[in-house]
Amino acid sequence: MSKIFTKRLMKELLDLKHNPPAGVVLEDVNDLKCWKINIIGAKDTLYDGEIFTLQFTFSNNYPIDSPEVVFINHIPVHPHFYSNGHICLSILYDHWSPALTVSSVCLSIISMLSSCTKKVHPIDNDRYVMMAKANPKLTTWEFSDDTV
Amino acid sequence: MSDIDFDEGDDDFLYDESGEDYLDESGEDYLDELDFTEIIQEKQERKKYEVEYKVYSIEEIEDFQNKEIEHVANIIGCFKEHAATLLRHFKWNKERLIELYMDRTEEVTKEAGVIVDAQKLPKLIKVEDFCCDICCDSGDDIESLALSCGHRFCKDCYSQYLTQKIKVEGECRNIQCPSDACNIIVDENTIKMLVSEDTYHRYTSLLIRTYVDDNIFLHWCPAPNCEYAVECKIHDSDLQRLVPTVKCKCGHQFCFGCGLPDHQPCICSLVAKWLNKCRDDSETANWISVNTKECPKCKASIEKNGGCNHMTCKKCKNEFCWVCMGPWSEHGNQWYTCNRFEEKTSVDARDSQSRSRAKLERYLHYYNRYANHEQSAKLDTELYEKTERKMERMQKSSELSWIEVQFLKEAVETVVQCRNTLKWTYSFAFYLQKDNQTTLFEDNQRDLEMAVEQLSELLEEEIKPNRIAELKQRVVDKSIYVKHRREILLEDTAQGLKESRWVFIDP
Repeated sequence: MSKIFTKRLMKELLDLKHNPPAGVVLEDVNDLKCWKINIIGAKDTLYDGEIFTLQFTFSNNYPIDSPEVVFINHIPVHPHFYSNGHICLSILYDHWSPALTVSSVCLSIISMLSSCTKKVHPIDNDRYVMMAKANPKLTTWEFSDDTV
Repeated sequence: MSDIDFDEGDDDFLYDESGEDYLDESGEDYLDELDFTEIIQEKQERKKYEVEYKVYSIEEIEDFQNKEIEHVANIIGCFKEHAATLLRHFKWNKERLIELYMDRTEEVTKEAGVIVDAQKLPKLIKVEDFCCDICCDSGDDIESLALSCGHRFCKDCYSQYLTQKIKVEGECRNIQCPSDACNIIVDENTIKMLVSEDTYHRYTSLLIRTYVDDNIFLHWCPAPNCEYAVECKIHDSDLQRLVPTVKCKCGHQFCFGCGLPDHQPCICSLVAKWLNKCRDDSETANWISVNTKECPKCKASIEKNGGCNHMTCKKCKNEFCWVCMGPWSEHGNQWYTCNRFEEKTSVDARDSQSRSRAKLERYLHYYNRYANHEQSAKLDTELYEKTERKMERMQKSSELSWIEVQFLKEAVETVVQCRNTLKWTYSFAFYLQKDNQTTLFEDNQRDLEMAVEQLSELLEEEIKPNRIAELKQRVVDKSIYVKHRREILLEDTAQGLKESRWVFIDP
């Protein structure tokens, strides 16, 4: 495990513990390589008060490589979240930047929830879920909609 | 300023006229300098079916790029690094870059990911109270670097980031600043400064690769391990009118249009169609033709594997008689025997059947000849290898010199080349509409074919040491004749393509 990996994750962990952004709660960080984080739907949105769990898995090459992020257990019904927990969000794949952090990813996902106007599954949900590999980073994503 | 205006207008004109990337003054000078005489010679000797092209080595391409970069850097007055990024963004279309840059500098640079105003090039420095956003290291003693966008990261993170982009993701001209949502491109100089020599080498070879891939007039030679690129000023729309066969310095002869091995005189679109058809059809079609009949209604192929003559098509449920192919409903009570062979409905059914069979027969006619030449070319090469060994033995036992036993090699090369041409004439003919023009084509084809078969036969003759001079004479004479016939056929076909004399059908 590289020095930069440990140092960076420790710092992010401390930040999240001491000043977590609104709606982000650390759930389980027993393993530094795999975090579980709860996010809470913002007030006056379709997901008001609902709690969802995100699982972050970090490769040794983090933060040069993006983390693998999926919903586990209860998965929100949303046009960009597939029912197997995969998330269609460009910064998790092609547009990842090493300057992004766990907390900025959480905030992006909360804002995706907040701007949603209709609880529906993605159009190609069934087909995708049937074909997809376990790791969403192995999917070739196309990012067509930047409104939600 | 007036100088620049002139340049712009001039370039614009050239661009519109030819749609070419670098046929400007400096580019032309460069080409001429290389081998002026060769181009003149080519022009004089070029046959109607040949195209003008040039083969470049990687060094020549690099050299050319550097000149282009320098030229642009001088015109717009910026660092070479920035000029390179701009040129790469515009896929080396210098005229367009300069034109747009003069009109809308800000927009263009923003889109390309360059900040040209920057006074300094990025370099590693130590900043007081610095904290790297990637590794979270902080202190006064850390070497760090920022592009002209100002996003500063430490040296280690930067080089790890760049190495990942180059080695793992295979990126080169699109490596952006590591900061989120910043599209400033990391320039070549910065990369050289930050990554290992090995990685930098990989980076430059990727750059060359994308340069060739971006340029529609440049293609890599498809031969394995060949590192030459061929330049040919042919547009996609020209491919209906000519077959741009080029020969790389490595010896591989291929079509510039589609990258497949030489397929004179058949044009690319027909070649693609033909290969596709052959892949799906040939053997299966043969079997179907022999063993099945078609349902008179839906044309599905049916194999009768037993039972009576009352057929019910599995696909469309049409009921018909296997013997006369007429509808079963008209057979009334005459179950299991058919004496209705001349009834109109059944004659019609059989007619349409035979038409579609004729189509198949036609295809197989051309396919078999096509496949035959392909196979024969292989056999000819094998035969040659055997003969060559024999010749070597003979050379040792007789007084013949090495050069004197070389005539067979040339003859075999001619036969193989002509067989390849003949092969494609059959695919070409398959798509030709039958008219007076085609008759001419077929005559040429026949003459070449006859000549090739005769030469091929000569090659099979037993070689006796005392008659070798005579054989040599015959082989050389025949080879010259065969080459001549091939030229006639190709010239006429090329001329026909140019004049749109050939009418193609979709059989």
